Amino acid sequence: MMMFYFSFLSRMPFGAAEPALTLKQYALFFERDFYRFLTWRSIMLGVHVTVFCVLIGYPAALILARSVEGRWREAILLLVVLPFWSNALIRIFAWTMVLRTDGVIDQALHAIFPWAPSLGILYSYPAIVVGLVHSFVPYMILTCYISLQAIDGALIEAARSLGASNFTIFRRIILPLSLPGLVVGVILIFVPTVGAFMEPRILGGTQSIMLGTVIEDQFTEVFNWPLGAALSFTLLAIVMLIFAAAYPLLRNRLKLA
Amino acid sequence: MRSPKRFLAYGYLAALLVFIYLPILVMMAMGFNESPNYQLPFRFSLVWYQQLSGNEILWRAGRNSLLLAASTTIVATVIGTMAAIAFSRYKVRGHVVLQLLLFPPMAVPWLILATAMLICFYYTGIGRGLHAMLLAHVALALPYVIVVIGARLQSFGSELEEAASTLGASAWQTFFRVTLPVIAPGVAAAALFAFGISFDQFVTSYFLSPPGVTTLPVEIYASIRKGFTPEINAISTIIIIVSMLLLLMVSRFYRFGGTN
Repeated sequence: MMMFYFSFLSRMPFGAAEPALTLKQYALFFERDFYRFLTWRSIMLGVHVTVFCVLIGYPAALILARSVEGRWREAILLLVVLPFWSNALIRIFAWTMVLRTDGVIDQALHAIFPWAPSLGILYSYPAIVVGLVHSFVPYMILTCYISLQAIDGALIEAARSLGASNFTIFRRIILPLSLPGLVVGVILIFVPTVGAFMEPRILGGTQSIMLGTVIEDQFTEVFNWPLGAALSFTLLAIVMLIFAAAYPLLRNRLKLA
Repeated sequence: MRSPKRFLAYGYLAALLVFIYLPILVMMAMGFNESPNYQLPFRFSLVWYQQLSGNEILWRAGRNSLLLAASTTIVATVIGTMAAIAFSRYKVRGHVVLQLLLFPPMAVPWLILATAMLICFYYTGIGRGLHAMLLAHVALALPYVIVVIGARLQSFGSELEEAASTLGASAWQTFFRVTLPVIAPGVAAAALFAFGISFDQFVTSYFLSPPGVTTLPVEIYASIRKGFTPEINAISTIIIIVSMLLLLMVSRFYRFGGTN
């Protein structure tokens, strides 16, 4: 733990020091449009992936918490979480077989509609999004499920007996009360997505340049560690800003727990 | 009146599970398919598993992975158990700060942690290699271990321990005869977690592995970048099955913890 703590500290002085302290690396970041563009791209990737995870995960959590009962609920939850503990790298690799031109989706489609155009989307931006959504949607389901399950059924009964419609109940009771879980899920997904490098590399092909992949290159291919460190520190700053923005909601959640 | 709705709801969940399992099942199937280009029709064959058994590099990487995961498990579980007990049973000075420090590994992208560790190890002379990976894996696994064991400790009061010590048990006796048996399921779950985290850890291993010393995930990433070989499907299938068995074991232990 101390080691880890230390690694955290030692990074900050290093960010710009090589061998003398300089801000050159950071200046580079702000001077070149390229890096700003990359940062923007990475953030947009994070937004897209997070939005899809919310759209897919929240309804699933709602169904699990509200209309599935007993053993089924446990079993489905376990099934949702199970693959999520297996290696992320392997799951991403598996998508390449499904998504590529002439891959499984294509072949299945062509078996039914031989004239259909190819749906292979490997090495494109949508492929990256699909892979990342697949990796992170269980986070969203779990965090939303936990806060949805904690809602007192009596509140909903009360609202219904007072004549509220299903939509009103959802908008005025369920959504606000499950918001903390939703926010935690959004953070848990957004943060790693912005820093992703392996997924874009494998699924993205030439579309794959993100902040994360550039950092990877700086460390493993180009050996420009100072620039890499400066870029990762920038990424860290973005993450911290997001946490700072979400802090009030997180604090509320801690109070509830 | 409710049944079409219910049908829709279950249909949605089923579709979700298909989405989650589709790539994994496809991969497992392709590991048994004769064609090297994942062509259908499917022809059953064990050729990729045969090739896998002759792949020295992957075997060495696999041994490294197992060694690393086993050492991480031992170190992280021992330190984690001590830390969890310290947090929950004694007033440690600055424990709020210490507990807050546990969060970064869960909240900061692994890429940042990995580059930070690389730089840190480089400057402190630790360098790269299995020992550096061990440090990194322990650092990543510790927070999870502490949280899991801590939860187990919280669900029991300290009454049992107090009773033991008023009856004249020494601190060590109390620990081995009372505390440890009580938290054993938590410790076991935490150890499995640590093993799983280390065995699956790709990002830090990737940055901290010097040329020639790799772990399974690092080697898999390298071969994916070089070009596809169906051997990867075979090894991935094995890894996935092992990880899922581990998780099923964890969930069992958790169940035990919950019902008590």
